[in-house]
Amino acid sequence: MPKLKIASYWASACGGCDVALLDLHERIVDVANAADIVFWPIATDFKYADVERMPDQNIDVTFFNGAVRNSENEHLAHLLRKKSKVLVAFGSCAHMGGVVGLGNLFSRKEIFDAAYTNNLSTENAGLTMPNLETKVPEGKLTLPEFYNTVKKLDQVVDVDYYLPGCPPNPNRIFEVFGAIVAGKLPPKGSVVGASEQTQCEKCERKKSEKKIPGFKRLATAQPDAETCLLEQGFLCMGVATRAGCEHRCQKSNTGCRGCYGPPPGVYDQGLKALSAIASVVDADDEATAKAMVDAIPDPARYFNRFSIAASPLHRRSV
Amino acid sequence: MSNKIGVYVCHCGTNIAGTVNIPELVEFAKAQGDVVVAREYKFMCSDPGQALIQEDIQKLGLDRVVVSACSPLMHEPTFRGACEKADLNRYLFQMANIREHCSWVHVDKGAATEKAKAQLAGAIGKARYLAPLIPKKVKVNPATLIVGGGIAGIQAAIDIADSGRKVYLVEREATIGGKMAEFDKTFPTLDCAACILTPKMVQVGQHPNIELLTYADVEEGKGFVGNFEVKVRKKTRYIDEEKCTGCGICQEKCPYKTASEFEHGMMKRKAIFMPFPQAVPKVPRIDPNTCVYFKTGKCKACVKVCEPQAIDFERKDEIVDIKVGAIIMATGYKLFDAGKIAPYGYGKYPEVYNSLEFERMVSASGPTGGDIKMKSGEKPKSVAIVHCVGSRDRRHNEHCSRVCCMYALKFAHLIKERCHEATVYNFYIDMRCFGKGYEQFYQRLLDEEVRFVRGRVASVSDFALDESEKGKLVLRVEDTMVGETRRIPVDMVVLANGLEANADAAKVGRLFNISAGKDGFYIEKHPKLAPVSTATEGVYIAGACQSPKDIPDTVAQASAAAAQVLSLMSRGEIEVEAATANIHEELCSGCRVCNTMCPYSAISFDDDKHVSRVNDALCKGCGTCVAACPSSAIFAQHFTDQQIFSEIEGVLHDVRA
Repeated sequence: MPKLKIASYWASACGGCDVALLDLHERIVDVANAADIVFWPIATDFKYADVERMPDQNIDVTFFNGAVRNSENEHLAHLLRKKSKVLVAFGSCAHMGGVVGLGNLFSRKEIFDAAYTNNLSTENAGLTMPNLETKVPEGKLTLPEFYNTVKKLDQVVDVDYYLPGCPPNPNRIFEVFGAIVAGKLPPKGSVVGASEQTQCEKCERKKSEKKIPGFKRLATAQPDAETCLLEQGFLCMGVATRAGCEHRCQKSNTGCRGCYGPPPGVYDQGLKALSAIASVVDADDEATAKAMVDAIPDPARYFNRFSIAASPLHRRSV
Repeated sequence: MSNKIGVYVCHCGTNIAGTVNIPELVEFAKAQGDVVVAREYKFMCSDPGQALIQEDIQKLGLDRVVVSACSPLMHEPTFRGACEKADLNRYLFQMANIREHCSWVHVDKGAATEKAKAQLAGAIGKARYLAPLIPKKVKVNPATLIVGGGIAGIQAAIDIADSGRKVYLVEREATIGGKMAEFDKTFPTLDCAACILTPKMVQVGQHPNIELLTYADVEEGKGFVGNFEVKVRKKTRYIDEEKCTGCGICQEKCPYKTASEFEHGMMKRKAIFMPFPQAVPKVPRIDPNTCVYFKTGKCKACVKVCEPQAIDFERKDEIVDIKVGAIIMATGYKLFDAGKIAPYGYGKYPEVYNSLEFERMVSASGPTGGDIKMKSGEKPKSVAIVHCVGSRDRRHNEHCSRVCCMYALKFAHLIKERCHEATVYNFYIDMRCFGKGYEQFYQRLLDEEVRFVRGRVASVSDFALDESEKGKLVLRVEDTMVGETRRIPVDMVVLANGLEANADAAKVGRLFNISAGKDGFYIEKHPKLAPVSTATEGVYIAGACQSPKDIPDTVAQASAAAAQVLSLMSRGEIEVEAATANIHEELCSGCRVCNTMCPYSAISFDDDKHVSRVNDALCKGCGTCVAACPSSAIFAQHFTDQQIFSEIEGVLHDVRA
């Protein structure tokens, strides 16, 4: 059997997804035995031009991590789609917009103001801002265009599979790679490397009928390691999040953050989690409920930490 | 997914056609995907209108029907029935409400037509994804719960029990009888209230099919039409009701007294007491606030004389669980507190009485033995009856209490009868004498030379301007017939207090999911066509808890409610909503968020399989658990995400992305 040609690309990402690939450790050798890496900016020295020169559908599988935040991300999304037989949205940002997607709660202007002018550590008396083109004595410098709205990968190009996680669990990555090699991939459009069920299914914490008397934060309280975190009043997105991560957060005695995304059939992970948690708040009157809700400092970014760009509302209207 | 949708737009005479451009709406419908026929008709709900639908289903093979007409509350059953007659499952029908939600609330024809298009596109959108559902049938528990043992509850209880079916009658007080038991005579016939009421009370007490739970509160209600489960707290009387013979000797021997609530403080009662001699059941109760045993641990005079040893100071409240198929709320009213209108001097001047106090005064079994006399013992030489106290008054109750004019006339007549020499004044805003024989009674009172002064009384005071007013209560009133302000001195003032909803009516209503209006009275399902039904199937209302009403209307409503119950009972089984929630067990992760949600207790948790389950016989399809389920493992049939999103897309058909 000829060796597979695989590629990995980071768009608007933190780099964690690429590190997760490296976290395969010795198993990366198995990957190298089965496949040639033809493009991987973080680890190998290929240029965009090398990809552009490839015939269409030359790459067997591309793992695309990161959200689409700027014109460079978008260009590479289109390019890699054209050059790849199978395109995998890899990690939470490509899958749902991820943490990068929280940018959709602001406008480009607000983000630039915060980054370049209106902050304590930046002196920018001349109000210099990123420009698409800047003339310098040596010639013209260009920058990609920073978009007002973050998109997840499938809002830009057709995506074959989704491999969730921030970052994906290396064991799941290896399993998916095995399935690719064996040609045993599920139908197009599937989420791979994750369960159909939520975190609660295999969570070892003790669960009973839920009634939350009040919300607590790790900064000021310590959960016990045995009982369902939500029942103890610690926010946990596990109820509305696919399993697959091996309960990394719950095992560290902290609530699930939701990076594996919603289970099938859920349109908006954040709304679903909010709706579920609001349903089990133990409050009979508005004042009690308000006091409890006020104990959640930033509900929009808590409940939709990874999924703003994927939600039907998509962004804050500005 | 459907590919043959029929759309029918109703004119509803000019109700819809007057505001919505029907031909334009029909053309719009024809242009929608999957719509194979779109028609308009003057009255879709009529027989020919329904026939149009049935013909098209059969000839064109429609697999979805959308009617754009009135509220589904009004005619969804009609059109579902039409579909079923043509062998199309009733759940493949969808309605767009372009009357209540569009034509009736808009005037701009162009904008209303655009809105109707959006509504219709929404309905078509949802219709595409509708799925057939089969309604289930459940048995109706043949027992009935009646809450409130006044004349309404009594009448309904007897009507139902006489048909051979079980009735639980729950009454908050220690006896049934309600307000009517306090009255002396009834208007306009002047027959004795007790004479017509007590036989019915006794009948209830002895009826083999009526289980009486007095001095009891309904604490919890759940379930649904045909199968309600109710928790009743029987407050302790400190008496074993089984043993008590009702001989009354305990009451005779009890050495401690306090003001009688039944006599409005105008007489004393004992610490162990029956509210009045004809009380049903004939079992006294001990008032621990008055009984000295509860304070000092000594006395037990009653225990010593009780031959059957029925008295038990240790007796606790008892919780009774009952299962019924239907519920009648007959919780009555409370009298407006005249103390809220300070200028009338109620509570300040001893000779200002409220209406129920006066009822007791004129009652032969009341504190004065039926004599109308002042605290001094003298008969009054002049009496003022003040109408509309707390009624038709935006500061208190906007509503007309409906009975006050008539009982005020009754009072005037009784005063004339018993104090021949007395001058009697009625101060009224309008005389409302609308019932059978009521106007004639008014005429009779005019002939009896009762004086009628048209004007709302401003104040009652003992401030005398001259000799003639000394020692009298002076009413200041604008006599609107004469057009000037008058001062009228009298010996006694009787206030015609209005009727208002019980303070806890809304709370009690919530136990059975029925709602109260902002005046606190329960809301009927339809003010004209379903006056004793409520929005909750199987729960009915009767009497003054729905709005102030007199005895004939109350009794008529009670019998109407009983008829509704008996109709339900004789069906024996009912179809329950097929649009219930279901759980995809393979998607359920057993997080247990839904477990405490269900208002009908339809959800249980399977510990072995680690999944939650919905009992679809109990599920009413309210959707609470569907919204709560974080993994979308629970879905609402007939309201699936796909159906709702398709509906939203339809509504937003002209909104560009």
